Amino acid sequence: MPEGLLCNKTPVDTMEQLQALLNDRRGVTYYEEMDQLDVDQKALATAIQNTCKSRLRTWLEICAHCGLCADACPYYLVNDKDPKQVPAHKIQSTLGEIVKRKGDVDNAFMQYVMDTAWSRCTCCNRCGMYCPFGIDMGIMFGYVRGLCFAQGFVPWELKIGSGMHRIFRAQMDVTQEDWIETCKWMEEEQEDDWPGLKIPIDVENADLLYTVNAREVKHYPEDLAEAAILFHIAGENWTVASEGWEATSLSMFAGDWAACKMQVETVYESFKRLKPKRMITTECGHMYRATVLEGPYWAGFESGQPPVECIHYVEWVGEALRTGKLKIDPARKIKEPVTYQDSCNYIRNGGLGDVAREIISYVAEDFREMSPCREHNFCCGGGGGLNGIGRYRPQRNKGLEIKRDQILATGAKIVVAPCHNCWDAIRDLEEVFHIDISWSFLKPLLLSMVEVPEHLKPEED
Amino acid sequence: MYQFLTGPLLWLSFLIFFIGLIVRVVWYVRGLSWQMDRVAYTKHVSHGIKGALRSIIFWLLPFGTRRWKTRPAMTILFFVFHIGIVITPIFLLAHNIILKERWGISWATLPGPVADTLTIAVIVSALFLVLRRIAFSEVRILTSAYDYLLLAITVAPFFTGFLASLKVAGYPFWLYAHIISGEIMLIAIPLTKLSHTVLFFMSRGQLGMDYGIKRGGMKGRGLAW
Repeated sequence: MPEGLLCNKTPVDTMEQLQALLNDRRGVTYYEEMDQLDVDQKALATAIQNTCKSRLRTWLEICAHCGLCADACPYYLVNDKDPKQVPAHKIQSTLGEIVKRKGDVDNAFMQYVMDTAWSRCTCCNRCGMYCPFGIDMGIMFGYVRGLCFAQGFVPWELKIGSGMHRIFRAQMDVTQEDWIETCKWMEEEQEDDWPGLKIPIDVENADLLYTVNAREVKHYPEDLAEAAILFHIAGENWTVASEGWEATSLSMFAGDWAACKMQVETVYESFKRLKPKRMITTECGHMYRATVLEGPYWAGFESGQPPVECIHYVEWVGEALRTGKLKIDPARKIKEPVTYQDSCNYIRNGGLGDVAREIISYVAEDFREMSPCREHNFCCGGGGGLNGIGRYRPQRNKGLEIKRDQILATGAKIVVAPCHNCWDAIRDLEEVFHIDISWSFLKPLLLSMVEVPEHLKPEED
Repeated sequence: MYQFLTGPLLWLSFLIFFIGLIVRVVWYVRGLSWQMDRVAYTKHVSHGIKGALRSIIFWLLPFGTRRWKTRPAMTILFFVFHIGIVITPIFLLAHNIILKERWGISWATLPGPVADTLTIAVIVSALFLVLRRIAFSEVRILTSAYDYLLLAITVAPFFTGFLASLKVAGYPFWLYAHIISGEIMLIAIPLTKLSHTVLFFMSRGQLGMDYGIKRGGMKGRGLAW
């Protein structure tokens, strides 16, 4: 059969489409329809012809089949070294076949490609660091996801996710009104404890424009309050945007490049409107990847740079601690052993490993590195959208084992995870395995130990 | 026969080898796209060059990268194999004598025992490369007959050349086999994945530029390969 009502090649652009998908609990009908979905082989062949150029083709062709990428992949290691999990095999048996057959593939094959692209690879890019040729299969699977999305072979949650970006310009159904209301609510909540604290909306020429993840607004708005308090203590001249306030991109995980462009352009538009000196993201890895690293290319900027200098939250924290804008009370530093979850998206792929360590040196007395760490760290197990996909929950949970063992080996009791995906994965890890650890973003940790200047304290009655 | 093999056929082989490799490099560079690869290649040249050089140099050094350090046996095998393949034919005394006779040029040459050792090392390491293809499941799943064929094409000139140099019985046969297999290798390099002779540098350089320009190269100390 041709296109299904829910599972089809048309991206979600209307509330009706979105609601229909959301009403289909767990995507049961969606995946049933997927079994019938036709592959548009001609379109696939054309896409390959137009977009699979020398970099990707060379990677496919020169792979020496040496197998050195095998143990770079957490899924290979955690699945008893199953040869089917060797990155080179995964990419050769998917993209390699599509190219070889010039798009002449069927439904069953495309479902294999989809399952591989989303449940056997989190696009962590670690394999690229272990291949002598520098064949980065994370990048290749990112590309494969785009091919799959265009053909309608995309996990239910990510079809919804990219639809959210298309409709709300946010990864969840949070409207501009919801957002502004949350800012005001959080501001009011702090009135007693933090007199004078503001969450300034749409202030032009601010030093910092803060962008968030819709998840925070919808599920843990206290994160926004914590950010505001820390900016308040640091005396920052900051603002948020009423529009373009959300800088994540589930569309990047979905391979919906058109939605990626829409989303990031909305954020860049707010830069133009508000002219901030710098933009700062919240503690999110893929947000940084999407809006700061990849976004300029989606938006068509030849410079590869966002229109305004953008920094990750950890960069701001590092700077604030270094310059004394935030002062830590040494007596309140964490005494228990602490480890740090290096997010693939801003450590391996963003070069921020040093500043993460710098922060830890201010806040923890007993820091223990995971092994391997920094750029070589393993994915938390939930990257690339995998956390949110019900169809692949067993594969996701299996993948968490490698992180569990890494954490256990450090003996740490607290895992600092300044990335939403990592944070979620480690929370789930504790739920699944009960290894008696806690996990935290930086904001609550900093608030528990920062020295508050006298003039900011509420007056005693 | 000898005149033909070392005359027109050799010229043809070298022609295909050099032109083929040039075409490979040109095709690769022309196929790069800042927008599709999402790397601003031409806008941040110094970061790009730095990233590319780091990516190439660390991987050219034995034990220069974490991969090479965590797989010492493979690293030794890999470097012995490749160094032998590149150094031996270029600096072999016999090849230099031919060059001297034909064109009146020659350069530094390897002492006989060194050349012999390198040749044997290439053959032995190729044997180990075959064994690991059979023994290790993660390599076996990737391996096809084509991989063995390419290994055979690569090692044949060394095997035949070594026998010819020993002047064993049937010397003319081994000599001809050596020349022909050498020419097959020269032709195969640009036409097969042996083109990694040059594409290694392209691919490594590209990923280095990706990291150098986009993925943290401007903020961090450069990726710790």
